[in-house]
Amino acid sequence: MPEITSQLVEEHNLTAEEYDRILRILGREPTITELGLFSVMWSEHCSYKSSRPHLKHLPTRGAAVIQGPGENAGIVDIGHGWVCAFKIESHNHPSFVEPFQGAATGVGGILRDIFTMGARPIAVMDSLRFGPITERIVSSDRTARTDVALNRRILRGVVGGIAFYGNCFGVPTVGGEVVFEPCYQSNPLVNVFALGVAKQDQIFYARARGPGNPVIYVGAKTGRDGIHGASLLASAEFSGADGQQKRPNVQVGDPFLEKLLLEACLEAMQTGAVLGIQDMGAAGLTCSTCEMGGRGAVGIEIELDRVPQRETGMTPYEIMLSESQERMLLVAERGREHEVIQVFRKWGLDAVEIGSVIEPPVLRVKQHGSIVAEIPNQALTEEAPVYDRPRAIPRRPVPLEPPFPLCSRSGTELAEDLLQLLAAPTIASKRWVFEQYDTMVRTNTVIAPGGDAALLRLKETGQGLAMAVDGNGRYCFLDPRRGARLAVAESTRNVSVTGAEPLAATNCLNFGNPEKPEIMWQFREVIEGMAEACEALAVPITGGNVSFYNETEGQPIYPTPVVGVVGLLENAALHCTPPFKNEGRSILLLGGAPASREEFAITFGSSQYAQTNLGMLWGLPPGVNLDSERSVQACCRRLIAAGLAESAHDLSDGGLAVAVAECSLGRGVGAAVNIPSGGDPRAWLFAEDPSRILVSVPGNLLADAKRIAGEYNVAAEIIGTTGGAALTVWQGGRVLFDIPIASLRIPYETGFERAVEQGSAHEERMPR
Amino acid sequence: MKFGVVVFPGSNCDHDAFCAVEHALGQEAAFLWHESRDLAGSDVVILPGGFSYGDYLRTGAIARFAPIMSAVKEFVAQGGLVLGICNGFQILLEAGLLPGAMLRNRGLKFICRPVHIRVENTETPFTNACRPRQVLEVPIAHAEGNYFADAATLDELERNGQVVFRYATPDGAITDEANPNGSLHNIAGIINRQGNVLGMMPHPERASDALLGSRDGLFIFQSLVHAGVHAGVRAVAAGRASPKAEAAARR
Repeated sequence: MPEITSQLVEEHNLTAEEYDRILRILGREPTITELGLFSVMWSEHCSYKSSRPHLKHLPTRGAAVIQGPGENAGIVDIGHGWVCAFKIESHNHPSFVEPFQGAATGVGGILRDIFTMGARPIAVMDSLRFGPITERIVSSDRTARTDVALNRRILRGVVGGIAFYGNCFGVPTVGGEVVFEPCYQSNPLVNVFALGVAKQDQIFYARARGPGNPVIYVGAKTGRDGIHGASLLASAEFSGADGQQKRPNVQVGDPFLEKLLLEACLEAMQTGAVLGIQDMGAAGLTCSTCEMGGRGAVGIEIELDRVPQRETGMTPYEIMLSESQERMLLVAERGREHEVIQVFRKWGLDAVEIGSVIEPPVLRVKQHGSIVAEIPNQALTEEAPVYDRPRAIPRRPVPLEPPFPLCSRSGTELAEDLLQLLAAPTIASKRWVFEQYDTMVRTNTVIAPGGDAALLRLKETGQGLAMAVDGNGRYCFLDPRRGARLAVAESTRNVSVTGAEPLAATNCLNFGNPEKPEIMWQFREVIEGMAEACEALAVPITGGNVSFYNETEGQPIYPTPVVGVVGLLENAALHCTPPFKNEGRSILLLGGAPASREEFAITFGSSQYAQTNLGMLWGLPPGVNLDSERSVQACCRRLIAAGLAESAHDLSDGGLAVAVAECSLGRGVGAAVNIPSGGDPRAWLFAEDPSRILVSVPGNLLADAKRIAGEYNVAAEIIGTTGGAALTVWQGGRVLFDIPIASLRIPYETGFERAVEQGSAHEERMPR
Repeated sequence: MKFGVVVFPGSNCDHDAFCAVEHALGQEAAFLWHESRDLAGSDVVILPGGFSYGDYLRTGAIARFAPIMSAVKEFVAQGGLVLGICNGFQILLEAGLLPGAMLRNRGLKFICRPVHIRVENTETPFTNACRPRQVLEVPIAHAEGNYFADAATLDELERNGQVVFRYATPDGAITDEANPNGSLHNIAGIINRQGNVLGMMPHPERASDALLGSRDGLFIFQSLVHAGVHAGVRAVAAGRASPKAEAAARR
């Protein structure tokens, strides 16, 4: 057995103080296996040691919330005896090291979190961020070299991995976001948001109970893959050649096995003999044993000789730390274990009793009958170190004012600007991505990718569940608090425009190194902004994930909180979608006029227009008035429920002009839009002020629509009419520009594909 | 009428086919476990979409050895109706119940989107509710749907009216642009010579509810009900000669 040296401790990413704490807890020197267990469980990824003190500021309760943070997924009551379980999780570091498998196992991990609660996964969304795949994107760090070939390769790998896993498993991937910024070049973000449903009386928890009850290992065999995935990969920065060297820390996924595991687990749960169940994700067998014991205030004793193993000669250290995929641990009722085991046999899966529940609240690990590790559960879980790390306000990263005066643009130039925006990979149609995903399996997809949110119907109740996921790193970089508020506002707004009422949210918090005071300041600001918005919009956070150390060579990503929201529509048939459906309808803009001239000058620097068309970044993101946001969303839902709105689309990246273009492109119904004269037309066309929604309303229903808007105290200006085969923008009685729909379609439909496929044949041949 | 839906390990459109039959069609459906050899009195057997056996080796290559497939083969020999959808089509090819093979899509990517298919032969138990040359909107979702057969086989398929569906434009033109995966002759679905086994890559069960965008898939399921009612499927199955004869008998 190796001697525990300070070097070994350091290699385990534990500080000298943390090691002293281990010595105090155990009252002796740890074994090498125990050192490994502490290393993974006390890692940032598993312990949330830097984030925990802050996360408690988030609102987590609500009338519908059945299970908040602390379990494998949050659970919300949707009525009629049904609940939904959902959560978002990151798989950022593995997806940079090995994009295909990193993303695939990211999907696999979150799916297990859902079905371990007894819920059948019904949909997945992905929030993806990469470095630029076109040459011309501005960086806040102008020295950084953009490697479009690398970024395209990562994008192709990630999308391929998600498709590989989700399609085979049989869950529809129903949307998400794909965003490009230079800061994600060496730290792509892969956040996967999954949703499942269960009957309310069939929820399962990750709690062990009843000393003497058998602990059963099910699913794939344990191999040497993914060892220290959580501690060394997800909880540290990249430097130098890490990308290559850390490949062995990435797990390899088998979606077929996971599909069998899903069916077997749900069937086993039906026997009534399963008392508690948890998947083996980060930190594998270690995490599932000590957490299940911890939650149930009992202990778990396992014998490693009984663990199904893929390789011979594995040490206790390796078995306990392996992150092999598609494995679960469950506690069954003594005397009925054969009922459970029989189900897994039927599905051709390993199911082995590897130990039992014991009285003392410890994790006891044996090999060949002798103890190789024994640690109190609490020491690994609740008593893990917690740090209130120092915070410092960073220097403003970019100027507040535009670096040069915004010179005026002619109508023709503005038309060119719009076409350029529509071709930008962040805005252009993501068809290239989502056609690789099975978006329809399980035949519940009412609103497929391409809308603001997805909508899934529940066959059993006729209800609709809406899902949206949003974030904006650029906004948060300029002002983390405002950015976080905007992320909550936009994701809930995206749900509301389907007609569904936002119920609850899950968050994925992607940041740089928390040991840097500036990063910790960003984190704290984001938490506070998010808490304010979640309170105001009545969407509690029922769980999520924090991903720190998204840094390479000391360069952090933009602070990027991503918010996943679930909403409920009582009758799925009464939903709304963005495209204009008919000619001659009035286009109403719900929500306020744009900001003042001074505010515009500052906030325009955060817009997609500034990035794409000006190649610049300055200022602040727009502020969001949460009361207005709540009203405009409620008003929109009411208009949809009353059957007044034929289409609804929120204004977001690229502002009004992009939103109208998208509404027209859906079904080829053009529009004529009037913007007020005076001032820079870009303040109307491309500014990204929040809390605004476009709806189209038949003329005979306009009065009703206006009356309802009045009840909510929401501005509802008629800004134009649908019809024709072009998008025409009028200002002050003259045509500013006029673009045929067919000409809008080309950049919008081809922009993304051209960017990602460019040079792909050459890049595929390059050595990885 | 009773529809049996086979469940292989990795089938993932089994529930969808089951729901389309029970809810949209209003007929009885039952799951058939892959290890069983009992078709539970099914009038029609559906081999559903998915990734049976994880697509290991080749799509459908392992499923053909499942015990249930020997029962399916006997059922086919007796004239029983079998519908293979997507992975089910791939399994039928591997099992030799239909001729030809599947290659990877020509773009080498999985493709999921609604497509249009033209009905080429309405005198089959799977399409008798369709109009000649009717265009149906039905989604596809596959990575290996690029139908291939040698020239002689293709000739024979064409000569015998065994090409039942072709990828087409919304107005029914057979063009290369309308072909999503590179299939020879734009083939989306074929039937065996005896006319009782149909394989198709598009998913009719995903086009069985207006809320999800299309109900065109129901034409196929309704055709089967029609065929069953008129032919008294099981009773006379053994005596069936050819789709033409069956169609004539129906008139």
